[in-house]
Amino acid sequence: MLKITNLHKTFNPGTVNAKTALSGLNLTLEDGDFVTVIGGNGAGKSTMLNAIAGVWKPDYGTIEIDGVDVTNMPEHKRAKFLGRVFQDPMKGTAPDMEIAENLSIAARRATKRKLVWGIRKGERDRYKELLSTLELGLESRLSCKVGLLSGGQRQAVTLLMATLSKPKLLLLDEHTAALDPKTAAKVLEITDKLVTENKLTTLMITHNMHDAIAHGNRLIMMHEGRIVVDVSGEEKKKLTISQLLGLFEQASGMAMADDKVMLSK
Amino acid sequence: MAFLYAMPGAVAEGLIWGLMAIGVYISYKILDIADLTVDGSICTGGCVCAVMIGSGAPVWLSVAVAFLAGMLTGVVTGLFHTALGIPSILAGILTQLILYSVNLAILGGKSLIAIDPRANQLILHMSDNPMAIVAAGLIIVCTIIGLWLFFYTEVGLTLKSTGDNPDMSRAQGINVKLNKVVGLAIANGIVALAGALLAQYKGSANINDGRGAIVIALAAIFIGLSVSLKIKPNFVVSLIGVVGGGVVYYIIYTFVILLGLKTDYLKMLSAIIVALFLAVPYLKGEYFQKKKVMPMPSSPEPDHLGGGDTNA
Repeated sequence: MLKITNLHKTFNPGTVNAKTALSGLNLTLEDGDFVTVIGGNGAGKSTMLNAIAGVWKPDYGTIEIDGVDVTNMPEHKRAKFLGRVFQDPMKGTAPDMEIAENLSIAARRATKRKLVWGIRKGERDRYKELLSTLELGLESRLSCKVGLLSGGQRQAVTLLMATLSKPKLLLLDEHTAALDPKTAAKVLEITDKLVTENKLTTLMITHNMHDAIAHGNRLIMMHEGRIVVDVSGEEKKKLTISQLLGLFEQASGMAMADDKVMLSK
Repeated sequence: MAFLYAMPGAVAEGLIWGLMAIGVYISYKILDIADLTVDGSICTGGCVCAVMIGSGAPVWLSVAVAFLAGMLTGVVTGLFHTALGIPSILAGILTQLILYSVNLAILGGKSLIAIDPRANQLILHMSDNPMAIVAAGLIIVCTIIGLWLFFYTEVGLTLKSTGDNPDMSRAQGINVKLNKVVGLAIANGIVALAGALLAQYKGSANINDGRGAIVIALAAIFIGLSVSLKIKPNFVVSLIGVVGGGVVYYIIYTFVILLGLKTDYLKMLSAIIVALFLAVPYLKGEYFQKKKVMPMPSSPEPDHLGGGDTNA
C-alpha cells in the first residue's frame, strides 16, 4: 500500500542550522496494516508523515502509494489518497464553517469540485448518522460552527473527515497529544473503531508507549531519521515497555532519553 | 434642511461604495487577504467604462468589460502572490502601482475623461438620484444573490475553507493557490464594477479615483458587520450589512461636509474611522475584559470532551 524507499531530507542545508531529519528511510506497509510510530524528539516521525503527505519534496528517495509514485505530486493532489489528522486540533477543521460544510468538503476530497450545490439532498442525514456513532451529541449540531467545539470534539470531527471518503492511507500525527487524558482516550477509542470498521491502512505517531503497544498490528521506532525497531504480529502483542526500551538501546546504541516518551511509561 | 436635500445623493453614492465593499469583503473576510489591488482596480473599472462609452460602445457592454478588466487585475495580484511567492499585501501594492500606469494608458494619457450623461443612456447618474438608487440597488441585489448561490456550491465552499484554514484545505485536496487567484479575481471584478458605476454616477473617470478606496471599503465593512453580526451571523445578512455600512458611511460623510469640514480632511477622517473599528475590539479585550472561564458550548456529554478538563 505504501512504499518508501531510501528517503532523505535535510532542512536548511548548507547552514549552521542544517538538520538532517530523514536519512535513508525505508518503509513498506501492507494493505490493512495499523502501524504505531514511536521515537524521541527529532527522530523524524512527523517529517516522515509530512513527506508522505507532500508538505515538501524530499531531497532523495521515492514514495509510492498503492503503486502510484507520488514523490513529486503536489500536496492537494495526493490528498485523494490520504486522510490526515494533525496534532493541533485547530488545524484539521475550518472553524468559521458549519460541521456539515466541513464534512461535505471532506467527502469530496477525491473528486473534482463542480459548480453544483455543496451539500446535496440526503447528505445531512448521512452526516447525522455518522456523527451519532461518535457518541458526542454532535448529530444535533450539524449547522453549528466548528470553532465553537472543544478540542476533543474537533479532533473527533477531523477523524471523521479523514475517513469519510475512504483513504488509501490514514496519517495520524500525535493526534491525541494536545488533549487531556480522558479526552485522548475517547478519541483513541474512536480512532480504533473507524480504522477497524473501514479496514484502513494507518500510520499513527504517538509518544505514549502504552498506546503504541496497545494499538495496531505493528510498531516501529524511529531514531535519527531511520527506523531502528520494527515489531509486528504475535511478537508485538506480547511486547512490554521494558522490552521495547531494550530493543531501542540495542538498535540505536543509546538509552531512550526523551522526556515525553519516558514520562508516559 | 440642506442635509435632507443631500440625502438621496449620499445614499446613491453609498450604495455604489457598498457594492465595492462587497468585493473587499470577499478578499478581506473570506480569503483573509488584505488586498490593496482595489485602489487601482476600482479606477480601472471607471477608466475602461468611460473610454468605452466615449467611443460609442453600449453602456452594458462597457460595464461588463470593466468587470472583466477588474478580474484580470485580481489574477495579476493572485499570481504575484501564489506563483511568485510575494507576500499578499505587497503583491496588491505592486499591482496597484502597475495599474496607475495602465489606467493612464487606458485614459490615453489624460488624467480625466468625461462621460456625457445626455448623449448616453447611462445606468445611473447624479442628476437623477432616485433612479440611481434603484439601479444601484438592483445591481447589488443581483450580486448578492449570485455570490450567495456561488458560495454554497462545491467550489464556493472550498473558497471559504481556503481563507478559513489553508492547512485543512490542502489536506482535503483543495488547490489553495488556485482558489486564492479565483477569489481575488471575483473580488476585484466586483470592485471594478463598482468603479464603472461610480464613473457613470459622477460623469467622469479620473486617474486619482480610488486612492484610499480600501479604507472606505473597510469602514463600510466594519460599520456593517458591527450591526449585522448581532442580528444573524450568516453570509447574506453580512453582505447586506456591508452595503448598509457603505450607505451609513456616506451619510456620515455628507453630514461632516455640511458641518463645514474641509474636504481635504476627509481621507484622514476615513482612516480614523477604520482605525477606531480595528482598535476597539482589541482594546476591549486588552483592558476591559474581566478574567472569566470560557463557558463550553453545551453538549449532551460534556464530561468526556470538555475542552478545559485537564485534571481528569
